[in-house]
Amino acid sequence: MADKQVVKRAKYKSSVKDPGVAGVLKMRIERFVFVPNDPTTATKLNVEFRMIKGHKFTKEGSSKQALLNLTQDQGVNYIFEFDSFADRDACREFVATAIAHHSEAGRLINEKSDVPVSNEQLSRAETERRIKLLQENSELQALHKQFVFGGILTDDEFWATRKKLLEHSDSRKPKQRVALKNEMWSVKPLSDGQSNRVTFNLTPEIIHQIFAEKPAVRQAYLKFVPNKMTEKEFWTKYSRAEYLHSTKNIVAAAAEAAEDEELAVFLKRDDMLANEARRKIRRVDPTVDMKADEGDDYTHLPDHGLLGDETKEVLESQYEPYRRSFAQDLNQHAAVVLQGRLVDELGDTRSVAEALARTKQAELSDEISNRNLEKELSDKICRMAEIEDLQGPRDPAVAPLSIKDPRDYFDSQHALKALGDTGTGAISLKSSVSSSEAYDSLRDLVSEIRGTGLSDPIMSHEVALKVLSGLTQNISSTKFHLGNNPNESVLDRLPKVTKEELLHHWTSIQELLKHFWSSYPITTKYLYTKVTRLKDAMSQVYPKLQEIKESVQSDFRHHVSLLVHPMLQALDAAFAHYDADAQRRSSKSGEKPNGFA
Amino acid sequence: MTPVSSKLHTDDVSLLMVSIDTNPFFWNSMKSALPFSRFLSHVLAFLNSILLLNQLNQVVVIATGYNSCGYIFDSSTSQIQDQRAENLLQKLEEFVEKDEAQCREDSVDGPGFSLLSGSLSMALCYIQRVFRSGPLHPQPRILCLHGSPDGPGQYVAVMNSIFSAQRSMVPIDSCVIGAQHSAFLQQASYITGGVYLKPQLLDGLFQYLLTVFATDLYSRGFLQLPRPAGVDFRASCFCHKNTIDMGYICSVCLSIFCKHQKKCTTCGSVFGEAQVQDSSTTAERKRKAP
Repeated sequence: MADKQVVKRAKYKSSVKDPGVAGVLKMRIERFVFVPNDPTTATKLNVEFRMIKGHKFTKEGSSKQALLNLTQDQGVNYIFEFDSFADRDACREFVATAIAHHSEAGRLINEKSDVPVSNEQLSRAETERRIKLLQENSELQALHKQFVFGGILTDDEFWATRKKLLEHSDSRKPKQRVALKNEMWSVKPLSDGQSNRVTFNLTPEIIHQIFAEKPAVRQAYLKFVPNKMTEKEFWTKYSRAEYLHSTKNIVAAAAEAAEDEELAVFLKRDDMLANEARRKIRRVDPTVDMKADEGDDYTHLPDHGLLGDETKEVLESQYEPYRRSFAQDLNQHAAVVLQGRLVDELGDTRSVAEALARTKQAELSDEISNRNLEKELSDKICRMAEIEDLQGPRDPAVAPLSIKDPRDYFDSQHALKALGDTGTGAISLKSSVSSSEAYDSLRDLVSEIRGTGLSDPIMSHEVALKVLSGLTQNISSTKFHLGNNPNESVLDRLPKVTKEELLHHWTSIQELLKHFWSSYPITTKYLYTKVTRLKDAMSQVYPKLQEIKESVQSDFRHHVSLLVHPMLQALDAAFAHYDADAQRRSSKSGEKPNGFA
Repeated sequence: MTPVSSKLHTDDVSLLMVSIDTNPFFWNSMKSALPFSRFLSHVLAFLNSILLLNQLNQVVVIATGYNSCGYIFDSSTSQIQDQRAENLLQKLEEFVEKDEAQCREDSVDGPGFSLLSGSLSMALCYIQRVFRSGPLHPQPRILCLHGSPDGPGQYVAVMNSIFSAQRSMVPIDSCVIGAQHSAFLQQASYITGGVYLKPQLLDGLFQYLLTVFATDLYSRGFLQLPRPAGVDFRASCFCHKNTIDMGYICSVCLSIFCKHQKKCTTCGSVFGEAQVQDSSTTAERKRKAP
């Protein structure tokens, strides 16, 4: 950033009305220099950005001048007029970053956005994304306001942990491409009722579609234009051919084709399509259709090879090539639409044609150059129709995870601390019992009951009553305390203000703790200052939580203290760690503190 | 199993897998509070009641010993109704003998640990078989009647069976008759949606069983059953088997350690040193919420 400089032509004016001295304005991060074109005038400027406190500029508008006004402390102004608004904007941004760089703690509130400027240069897209996210999520905004404006965290740190959110909001704009149109007859001739003129409208989009669907036309275009005829003539001929087809007058079509060679190209059947279809048949996967051959290529037979109506007149053979069937066109159109857009930009017609031709050529050459086609096909057949018994053993593709036998680390010689130090206060019998004794007594008991059988009654009715009433009371009391709905929590029964405060404190404590714990172990001075800042913020939360507890009614006080307890515990753990660390650090005071990086 | 006409299959047909704690050392310590014979009488009466509730109910009993587990009763095998209890008790005796034969230690301190993980796995396997028996099958659930303390060595195995029960949507009910709460069973019931109960009056065990644990899954939708006040979610560390609530976790296999380690003992991944940069990115430092 220190090397960046902006050089623009500008006019320096002492006031708005002043015509201005023309010259060149050079701006670097430290200072800007204005050198007038005419070396005799005395208005040379060399000002450090440190002195510049702010900048103003005129809004964009055709009638206004593109002015940039740099204000200094004692009311001194430097007004520059630029040739274009783009120039002025470039300078303005540069000035903004330069001023921010020189102001302290990097917190200059720009008029346009409320985001504090940091040392990094944020792209505009990034800033916009952040602002948008803040606007959408009010909780995030509250957190952001509290921490970043309170000076506890910097903007970068705040957003460092939220990269995923930013990416997510960005990816919501899908990058879709427009597909080919699904219409077939977009080349509708507008026939004038009175005169004998028929007008065709051809847009680049339509031309693209024609080239995609009819390779013969594309080839003809590449061949004829610009050698034999101009583009306009080409399209006129094509339109004539279309018109003839639309009249379905095959005899007339044949007649015209005989006269005009080029027209014949458009009227005849498309041989290239036939070739393509034949190629595709050869590539059919034999596991799908073992016997796919040219007999299956019905798309290029008239009427799809179906036996038509006997009463239809049989055309003479010379007219056959000029018959076009609707079904063929429809199929070809569908195939092209499904294939999608092969060429993206619609440039000049010739380039589109060439691009399409190139892609087709690439496909063809791929196949031709692939001499292993036969072997590939047979490999594929083997893979798809494999017989498991005849396969050899296959090595696993990944290295197995080496998970050791769990018994190795459960075999500890240390004393087993029994689980379950709960508050029931029961004393477990630590007397050692010989196993044979234990098993014997167990067996005795089993045989005892085998002998005596079930007693009648199983238990006394007083005990049963006590149990039942105890259970009922337990259930009803928990119901009373926790509410009817098992999903309802204590939080919902608190007054709204308290609930929101508690939740807010919870999220802010989480945020603080996240940053706190991630800064350990402390290795740089930056981390040290950060940790002290966080610690101060955390110690301020304590009295606030206490306040909340007291502000609540007495029946909820217990619940609130239960809710607050884990927060306090977390804070305590953090403080303890901080103190321990500080002590350790001070005990090593002989060395360099904090290990400067 | 005789094929069942679908008309008789109502919503509340249940398959109850009961896992009984037969750890002799534990029952030795409970001689005064609730002797094993009385416990068995409560349980037998309870099983009879379950079978009475619905013609198609099934009960399977698994004994959880000190060294092994075994099936000791299956109501779906054809047997004479009068002799259900005899069959169960005889099988139980045989099981205890087998368990004793496998015992390698001469004496044990305190109540010892029973093989909870083993019986849960056996129950889940049986349930899987029932699932595959056809479209009409009873709704399975597992009832653990345990008292022995939790064996920290079984933490991983028990958690695995809990998660597979959760996946198959089989609730695990727990009735803890020991002196202390069981963290494993609390977690099991919480995660799978079952009922956890520690009866206050052990003499009235039969009443507890009938009131709380005899309800089938369908009826639980509209009955209020006792809810525990809280769940002990603490895990045990893999190195010393202590319960901890703040520790280190390997980011590869999620094993828990109480102290900083150079290498994870489960999967062998090496933990890197903290990088000398703004935010430390060691592989494991994570805080486990209480």
